[in-house]
Amino acid sequence: MPLLTPVTDPDGAPFWQYAARGELRVQTCADCTEPRFPPRPCCPHCQSFASEWRPTSGRGRIWSYVVPHPPLLPDYAAQAPYNVILVELTDAPRIRLVGNLVRHAGAPLDSLSPDRIRIGARVQAVFTAEGLVQWVLERP
Amino acid sequence: MTLKDTTAIVGIGQTRFAKHLPESEKTLACRAVLAALDDAGIAPDEVDALASYTMEETDEVELAKAVGFGDLTFFSKVGFGGGGSCATVAHLAAAIAAGQATVGVAWRSRKRGSGPRPWTNTAVQLPTPAQWTRPYGLLRPADEIAMLARRYMHEYGATRDHLFNVALACRNRANQNPAAIMYDRPLTREMYMTARWISEPLCLYDNCLETDGALACVIVGRERARDCRQRPVYVHSAAQGLPAQHHGMVNYWNDDPLTGPAWTAARHLWKHSDVTPADVDVAQIYDAFTALVPLSLEGYGFCGRGEGGAFTEGGALEIGGRLPLNTGGGGLSEAYVHGFNLINEGVRQLRGTSTAQVPDAATCLVTAGEGVPTSALLLRS
Repeated sequence: MPLLTPVTDPDGAPFWQYAARGELRVQTCADCTEPRFPPRPCCPHCQSFASEWRPTSGRGRIWSYVVPHPPLLPDYAAQAPYNVILVELTDAPRIRLVGNLVRHAGAPLDSLSPDRIRIGARVQAVFTAEGLVQWVLERP
Repeated sequence: MTLKDTTAIVGIGQTRFAKHLPESEKTLACRAVLAALDDAGIAPDEVDALASYTMEETDEVELAKAVGFGDLTFFSKVGFGGGGSCATVAHLAAAIAAGQATVGVAWRSRKRGSGPRPWTNTAVQLPTPAQWTRPYGLLRPADEIAMLARRYMHEYGATRDHLFNVALACRNRANQNPAAIMYDRPLTREMYMTARWISEPLCLYDNCLETDGALACVIVGRERARDCRQRPVYVHSAAQGLPAQHHGMVNYWNDDPLTGPAWTAARHLWKHSDVTPADVDVAQIYDAFTALVPLSLEGYGFCGRGEGGAFTEGGALEIGGRLPLNTGGGGLSEAYVHGFNLINEGVRQLRGTSTAQVPDAATCLVTAGEGVPTSALLLRS
């Protein structure tokens, strides 16, 4: 049985459409150019409803991480303990994406030992066949 | 107009707490509410205002018709789970002070001990923020808070011993409280340090209990309070807090994720108060997770930024320490009923009837969940 897939909404859908094409983009105000996350209908800085999806380098640094242990949903428990990291994007430091640090794109959640994880480590976004964002160490 | 001391809590009631209680949430709610009214010496048909949580499943109609309330002219519900606890009292205090009602009842009834864990529900997933977190296995509130806890420890040098100090203070008070689930189960440092992980860096003892139970309290205006059966406990100051660009338990997307709703609520709370953090004799701080307590100590002004871990050292949170904490045992060791037991314990401290009484306690801070839109009360005798 597969893991949970994103239950998306009109604001978030473009993020996943770009991710399915292997692109990490963030919603950005078309008027004041301020990026925002999670996506929302208007800009909290200038109240503009015009937005665009700006490409990012997909690079970031680990801001924090956890290692969940059961009780968990069955498909996650089967891979536990696994890591969940929070990545501060180099291009937009206020945006921190939740994801998993894995050995390579498409690898399971527990493919990298939690001892390899350090706050501050540089990571790069990769994409699964299902269009989820994952992260690999820049210097494994 | 100000709320200050214009209303008082005059009755408290609760059911037994247990991992499993046979009665329904509705029945437990009725029992807690009637116990609180009896404590106050007020008849059910005098009640004209209600407040509870949006997550409360016994609604106003069901409760009112079962226990025999009078005509209700004010009823409200507060969102954000445990963040709403103190706001139920705050809404009633505001309504009574504004003349919208005269006798208010706040309550929470929950079978979280024997019922399902909310995070296991895969059918109900709110797109924001769940689409950004749950697919990656950040499934439970414990995981979401552990993320902030790890960063907090990294940034400020807080340690697991600091979190243990929180767990231990709560357990020690529960060991004095026969109503607490952990009444007869002491906690040691060795038990804590060797406990199984839930979400590293949080272990079993960093997490609150899973409890069946219900609580309620009764709020009236200060004139009426003088005629009640119990010594009034005044609502000196009350606040809610939802900071700008806050994101709930996954507060990952702003400049400063390690400050949260406590800071916002605290600014309002102290601004409308005659006292300062140094005047607080005892605190009931929301403790779904130990890691919320250092954050709250900072947010409510008991110490500076990053000092919440160190504040817990030297028995500071124990009886006789500089800020006795969660004197009934809290959510970690008495019962986890979305923080309502912290309100009732605050009332007991100011009546002088706690099982872990702080001598001459006259001022008590009660807080709701940090890490979600929150609320707080400053109670005075």
